[in-house]
Amino acid sequence: MSAFTTTDFRARPPGRALAFWTRLRRGDEVAYTVTLTCALSILAITALLVFELYTNSAETRHKFGWSFLSTSVWDPVAGEFGALPFIYGTVVTSALALLIGIPLGVGAAIFLAELAPAKISNALTFLIELLAAVPSVIYGLLGIFVLVPMLRSAEPAIRAVLGWTPLFSGPFYGVSLFSAGVVLTIMIVPFIISISREVILAVPNEQREGALALGATRWETTWNVVIPFARKGIMGSIFLALARSLGETMAVTMVVGNDPKIHASLFAPGYSIAAVIANEFTEATGGLYQSALIELGLVLFGLTMVINGVARLLVLGTTRKGAA
Amino acid sequence: MSRRICIHSAALAAVLTMGAASAQQVLITAGGATFPNPIYSKWFNDYHNKLPNIAINYQSQGSGFGVQQVTAGTVDFGASDMPMTDAQIKEFQDKRGSAILHFPTVLGADVPTYNIPGVTAKLNFTPEALAGIFLGKITKWNDPELVKANPGVSLPANDIAVVHRSEGSGTTFIWVDFLSKVSKEWETKVGRGTSVNWPVGLGGKGNEGVAGQVKQQPNSIGYVELIYALQNKMNYGKVKNASGEFVEASLASVTAAAAGMKEMPEDFRVSITNASGKGAYPISSFTWLLIPSKIADPAKKKAIKDFLAWMLADGQKMTEALAYAQLPKAVIAKEVKAIDKIQ
Repeated sequence: MSAFTTTDFRARPPGRALAFWTRLRRGDEVAYTVTLTCALSILAITALLVFELYTNSAETRHKFGWSFLSTSVWDPVAGEFGALPFIYGTVVTSALALLIGIPLGVGAAIFLAELAPAKISNALTFLIELLAAVPSVIYGLLGIFVLVPMLRSAEPAIRAVLGWTPLFSGPFYGVSLFSAGVVLTIMIVPFIISISREVILAVPNEQREGALALGATRWETTWNVVIPFARKGIMGSIFLALARSLGETMAVTMVVGNDPKIHASLFAPGYSIAAVIANEFTEATGGLYQSALIELGLVLFGLTMVINGVARLLVLGTTRKGAA
Repeated sequence: MSRRICIHSAALAAVLTMGAASAQQVLITAGGATFPNPIYSKWFNDYHNKLPNIAINYQSQGSGFGVQQVTAGTVDFGASDMPMTDAQIKEFQDKRGSAILHFPTVLGADVPTYNIPGVTAKLNFTPEALAGIFLGKITKWNDPELVKANPGVSLPANDIAVVHRSEGSGTTFIWVDFLSKVSKEWETKVGRGTSVNWPVGLGGKGNEGVAGQVKQQPNSIGYVELIYALQNKMNYGKVKNASGEFVEASLASVTAAAAGMKEMPEDFRVSITNASGKGAYPISSFTWLLIPSKIADPAKKKAIKDFLAWMLADGQKMTEALAYAQLPKAVIAKEVKAIDKIQ
């Protein structure tokens, strides 16, 4: 955006054909058109996506209206559809993943960028980037066969500490909102670490030297100078992680329990929007059923927009206050 | 001069006929149910090896896909684990101006699988017990309904954890179709479908998801396809059929359920769950090919009709190797006659 306003060739008076041809020959005009097309195509794809979701969900939008978002019965046989349990499951699992993933990811990134010897840092970073490329179905299988049995044996300990809250009450079947949150954490942490590390490494050394010269300790420098400087980039990594966790399908459906009901307990099974679409779309016969699943897609799109918007406002608020 | 024209046109005609000969390549697209995909793949592959000019491309994307795509005309024929409803048939009639025909191909079945610590015996399940458990009314393993059917087995007083399929599937349809037949309450409260609003339980993805969950969760019960249970050597219970006999699922008892059916309707749309008769396993079902009664392209029409005839003869011999139950002889004879309805 700012690139356009600061480049002043567009503001030149028109009619100077010679100058235009010169620019064309130098490639400026060509590059402008090509890159503009690239940028517009993103806009077009998004618009087309929303348009398709909107038109194909007409049937349920007319039948249920806004109550689609607030009712919680999902009965394909009777033709009653409500999205609330799926919205709840999506938000809760992603929130849980961020809650565990942010401290873990940012902490690891600080260590790798600021404190670890270069050799260890590079080796670990390579492994982390490898983790980010693992297909999600692998994480799902790991979840079913390794993580869920582990959580099952860890359950008494968790219950002993946190059992007094309604969040950890009720029977535990292994598959649950909690398990899905933990699997999502494992999936998003590599994103947070890998990007945050790059951002922290990009902080100019003068910043560190200045702080150290003023008598700050190594940790004070990192915490009070480097991290605030890199805050925007770290936030960016968290957005990316959030986007991945909201839309994650395969790994979630394998461990979340796939039960479209709202339970307060994290130990109870739940469901997510992406998971129900993947599970039921192929066998969805009948216009209303399919329309309901497509509207869920629209809801997921809206939910992602809203959450990202709120998060962006949050960042704006903190960066204004901070001296970044 | 005219001689030259003659030679040229002869050459041209020769080229054209050669072109026409190679146009005899028949490419047929089909799509639908995932459950019979292994046997369909084998059939289509073997048939292609037998007649290299005929290639059938099958997209295994689910029964819903099969019904939709054959109605839309984007595939030459579909496949589904449940017969098309009257409304779907009418929609096909309205859109395509002809009828849709159902051809049963193989049989499948669902079995109840469970994990109760300390219980190694093969359990007997009455239809009332299964309906009660999946409705959430029978909640403990030592419920009188279960104890009565399993004399000599000491069942614990533990809570039952129910596991069902999370995604829409033909396996679920067979299971809930059976429950609907044996329980009025199930029929009115939950009903039939490839996915339903389950009163209780967790959803596992695929047979492997349900089996894995049952294996890990003590005191749980779920249902999987017979083929999956056989291939993985899983333990599963017997189910009481409509004649009052507890029958263990096997390829023979599934075929017996289909053979015990009194009369096959003309359109083959029939449910054989809750079958009666000696050795008939009650949670079984056909799976169908959905073939339009009017096929415009004569080459495709011939290829599809020939394939059906081959599938009903040679094809049936391959089913048991892949753990699918064969069609009963009476059904095959009836289907062979029905092939002539394709015009």
